[in-house]
Amino acid sequence: MRFSERPALRSPWLLGPLGIAAVLLAWSLISLSGAVDPLFLPSPPAVWQAVVEQFQEGILVADAIASIRRVFLGFALSAALALPLGIAMGSNPLICRLLEPLLGLIRYMPAPAFIPLLIIYFGLGELPKVLLIFIGTFFFNTLMIMDAVKFVPQELLETALTLGGRGLPILTRVVAPYIAPQVIDAYRINMASAWNLVIVAELVAANEGLGKRISLAQRFLRTDEIFVGLIVIGLIGLLIDLGFRAVLRRSCRWAS
Amino acid sequence: MHLSVHGVSKSFGEGRQAKLVLDDISFSIKSGEFVALVGSSGSGKSTVMRLIAGLERPSAGVIALDGQSVRGPGSDRGMVFQKYSLYPWMTAAQNVAFGMSLQGLPRPLVRERTAYFLEVVGLQDAARRLPKELSGGMQQRVAIARALAADPKVVLLDEPFGALDLQIRESMQEFLYQLWQRSGLTALLITHDLEEALLLAQRVHIMAPRPGRIVRTVEADLDRSNLPHLRMSAPFLELREELVTTLRNLDAAAS
Repeated sequence: MRFSERPALRSPWLLGPLGIAAVLLAWSLISLSGAVDPLFLPSPPAVWQAVVEQFQEGILVADAIASIRRVFLGFALSAALALPLGIAMGSNPLICRLLEPLLGLIRYMPAPAFIPLLIIYFGLGELPKVLLIFIGTFFFNTLMIMDAVKFVPQELLETALTLGGRGLPILTRVVAPYIAPQVIDAYRINMASAWNLVIVAELVAANEGLGKRISLAQRFLRTDEIFVGLIVIGLIGLLIDLGFRAVLRRSCRWAS
Repeated sequence: MHLSVHGVSKSFGEGRQAKLVLDDISFSIKSGEFVALVGSSGSGKSTVMRLIAGLERPSAGVIALDGQSVRGPGSDRGMVFQKYSLYPWMTAAQNVAFGMSLQGLPRPLVRERTAYFLEVVGLQDAARRLPKELSGGMQQRVAIARALAADPKVVLLDEPFGALDLQIRESMQEFLYQLWQRSGLTALLITHDLEEALLLAQRVHIMAPRPGRIVRTVEADLDRSNLPHLRMSAPFLELREELVTTLRNLDAAAS
């Protein structure tokens, strides 16, 4: 019984920060020991210094805003179009038959492979980046929403029919609330892809953005700035994820 | 109110693979009656209910409510499913109100009737609770209140207590019987439980499987002034015994 889980059970929320702290500690120890060239592994204080510099120069905030803006625009477009299409496919077998093979096929085309085409069509501005995020998330969003609609329990729909419900009210008052938690969760999961893609897009071509900053840092061997970029990207992603979870908890108390 | 099921057959599938599920079913229900359909699984009893509810169409025959042929689902035929079909995001009161609000009743009336029907099923204190916070028996009472609140001419109960523990089941049967007596509702109960059918219904149609058909109709003319007592009384047990034998023989013949 020596290895019982009792301490972990008493305050399990400590475990997450503990894991992060352990990595930070290992990082500090390795860079203090001098075993790795600081060019490859900058020390935590050096990275913090880079954060402060970038923040003071204003580029950190400007980069973050540029990336967040692209993600937001592309993902909002994707989410807004995926919702009606996913519902249509989930509730109408004909529409589903027509579109599911097509969407299933495009879904397997890696979104970054569209970058050359997007650049040829739309140049190097904001539009191709926003569209890349759209392409990379729209099909997943649609198919996940379609599945959610398909799995609305038959009894719930039939009950509404026997209570005098018809067509649109059933959609808005039964289907929509039932799938809401799954839709929010689908958005949360696919948002992670959106973040991956915006960085990829910026690595290829951009004037500002967190991905652009990383690729610039690579050119000047500024590993500390690469670390800054990675950590900031991770933190923003985590915050968005937590935001979606909070929305889910608040709006769909019944589903938890 | 008069619900008539006349010469109804139903097959699923097409051509050579068509399977006859119901064969020439006929019976009727009048205002205020409590009728039960009893049969083992595969006897098509739930299909009969779905046909009356308008959720499926008969392959032959006519189902008519007050002379009007049934063409689809409608609020004149309320339904209570076996598995709690409450909307999990709505409170008990919102569930009860749902049918009325779908039908566009004015809000004050909806509120008043919701309170009334919650009280009818004894759940006025649970009005603001979500289905997951209610026991199985309470959930089914909400489902019954919801069906009644939509003001149907007939309530279709599809194994409404099938998922409940035995003790809760018995108290729910007594609850339903009292509800029927007080409110004068018209009910069609589907069940595989002969005791339940005999206890509650004035008329019991016994169905045989493959294909589903009515093989016997029993007028259960019993003294129901004390249900717990009736369960144990000699005439009740004799009738039940006899019908259980009938059902068993039918199943043996069909399998």
